[in-house]
Amino acid sequence: MFDIVAFIPRAVIQGIPLLYGCVGETITEKSGNLNLGTPGIMYVGGICGVIGSFVYEQKAGDHMIGFLAIAIPILCCLIGSLLMGLIYCFLTVTLRANQNVTGLAMTTFGVGIGNFFGGSLIKLSGADVPSIALSKTHAYISATLPFAKNLGWFGKIFLSYGFLAYAAIAMAIIAAITLKKTRVGLNLRAVGESPATADAAGINVIRYKYVATCLGAMIAGLGGLYYVMDFASGVWSNDAFGDRGWLAIALVIFTIWRPNIAIFASILFGGLCILHMFIPSGTNLAVKELYKGIPYLVTIIVLIFTSLRNKRENQPPASLGLSYFREDR
Amino acid sequence: MTNTVKTPLVHITRRKNIVWYRAWAIRVIAVILALILCGIITTFVVHINAIEVYKTMIAGNFGTARKVWFMGQDLATLLIISLALAPAFRMRFWNLGGDGQALMGCFGAAAVMILFSGSMPNWLLLIVMFVAAIVAGMLWAFIPAFFKAKWNTNETLFTLMMNYIATQLIAFFVVVWENPKGSSKIGIINQRTQLGWLPDIGGNKYILIIIVAIVLAVGMFIYMRYSKHGYEIAVVGESEPTARYVGIKVRKVIIRTMLLSGAICGLAGFMMVASTNHTLTTTLVGGRGFTGVMVAWLAKFNPFFMIITSFILVFLGRGASEISTMFGFNDSFGSILTGIILFFIIGCEFFLNYELHFRKSAKKEVA
Repeated sequence: MFDIVAFIPRAVIQGIPLLYGCVGETITEKSGNLNLGTPGIMYVGGICGVIGSFVYEQKAGDHMIGFLAIAIPILCCLIGSLLMGLIYCFLTVTLRANQNVTGLAMTTFGVGIGNFFGGSLIKLSGADVPSIALSKTHAYISATLPFAKNLGWFGKIFLSYGFLAYAAIAMAIIAAITLKKTRVGLNLRAVGESPATADAAGINVIRYKYVATCLGAMIAGLGGLYYVMDFASGVWSNDAFGDRGWLAIALVIFTIWRPNIAIFASILFGGLCILHMFIPSGTNLAVKELYKGIPYLVTIIVLIFTSLRNKRENQPPASLGLSYFREDR
Repeated sequence: MTNTVKTPLVHITRRKNIVWYRAWAIRVIAVILALILCGIITTFVVHINAIEVYKTMIAGNFGTARKVWFMGQDLATLLIISLALAPAFRMRFWNLGGDGQALMGCFGAAAVMILFSGSMPNWLLLIVMFVAAIVAGMLWAFIPAFFKAKWNTNETLFTLMMNYIATQLIAFFVVVWENPKGSSKIGIINQRTQLGWLPDIGGNKYILIIIVAIVLAVGMFIYMRYSKHGYEIAVVGESEPTARYVGIKVRKVIIRTMLLSGAICGLAGFMMVASTNHTLTTTLVGGRGFTGVMVAWLAKFNPFFMIITSFILVFLGRGASEISTMFGFNDSFGSILTGIILFFIIGCEFFLNYELHFRKSAKKEVA
């Protein structure tokens, strides 16, 4: 039988990294920047957190302080992804480079950083451990409410996650409200739709693009951190993060640029990703491979439908992918 | 206080045109700066002397005759895929699906090889493989092109998703056709009979794909520069309204160009299966569809410049993997170096397209 109580929590923890990536990329795209570097940024976010807590675990030994064990990886992760966001902004906003090419280069670079440091951290630091297993940090980050276990299925479905999962959902709600209801959100959307008009209205286009893209990169980076520290129990293995970054970008289209829809959509996508484990296919391994393609197929179908229906509020930001040069008007 | 108008420190204007030697000087400076930065980073991060690093990189590419041939083959494969992508980009169609299209080409060729080996003469088998590879590549390019032409569906993300569907499709068939049973991979196909293998020229299996790449580069140059199709692609890329105004059928051009793009990707897949690798895995194309985007774009879609840009990328990749084996590091170090160099090359485009005018210092204005 299909075990729904077991299925939902697993779909959620699969979906949380996607949710971070999707919210970050949505904010970025709202400013007119199509950041294809997000997969790379998520790797960098993950590995920076790993480096931070690896060093801290080595230094602190048995005397780890809970607050520092959580704060250090998060801070390192945010700094790392911020730097990636700044590289992207400098190239595409200040130097007006092509966004697709810059994004792909960022992904090459970011995945390289993740896998290189992930593979060589032990050798570089000269530590005496066989593999990077940050189980102590994992224990701090994935700590749940103490009474959650006693609440049966309710506790399993709603309370069995580390705080980063709830933070992701909170962040998505805040992003949705900010984009829709506030002056800042309105300005940001104006920048993405028509930078020239926004510029004429006195909005600092360059500043909005920089802030939105860097903020988006930092949020996406947290997705990488959540994956390593919570989902993967603090164990870094190369390429384990896989194509989740691309899925997050796909999710942005799926949610038609709305972070509030992203909460449910990411869990749905998480479910689609692990569906192959729950559908009884017996010993037929081959069919499972086909099921793994479902999220991508669904994205394409959504992509086609949004372009078919051609509703104005469901379209990508009008200037998505284009650099803005004031003198070109 | 004087009553002066505030002028910005830097004033940027678009360049009308730039002399070719100046353009190349800027590019060369960018690459040199990037190499210096890479050297510094290598010295600090992995504590290896930077000069030693570059020596190892050169040895990794040109150390032995075998390595040179291997690099040539790598270069040729990347070049063919980049050449496939170039006309689409010229048209401002962002085909990020080179990986998927080439993979489908591999799939087409391998499928024919596995299912029909022995049931027809070898020359016919090769022809059927060739056709299957091209058709599979074209199909994978046609789907996004059709939706783009008809409903303006975002092609960047569409082609991207098609890559993963191709990957999963092949993962499926790899399990179905696994050989030996239980290994969940397809080993070398027809190892003993060598059916469906392209002949080695002069006992060297690397030459054929290099010849194909060169012929294709010349052909693509002529096609884009001197043919009517090439002209139409350029007009559509510059401005769609203009194209429509002069009577070019934009939809037709989009679909036709993408079919060509997919066909050449399929050809790359055919060459990989029939000539160099003789197997089918999900990672056979290995991200060359993405690297090809950068190769084509950095070369401004000129097929001959693309030989240079793909050489730079292949050189870096192979050099870095030599470093990692020599010094016992993870071979992703190459991706980091490649990324840094790409950032510099991408960034230097700005100085080709725009001119900076610094504010004249106050003293001069007084005088």
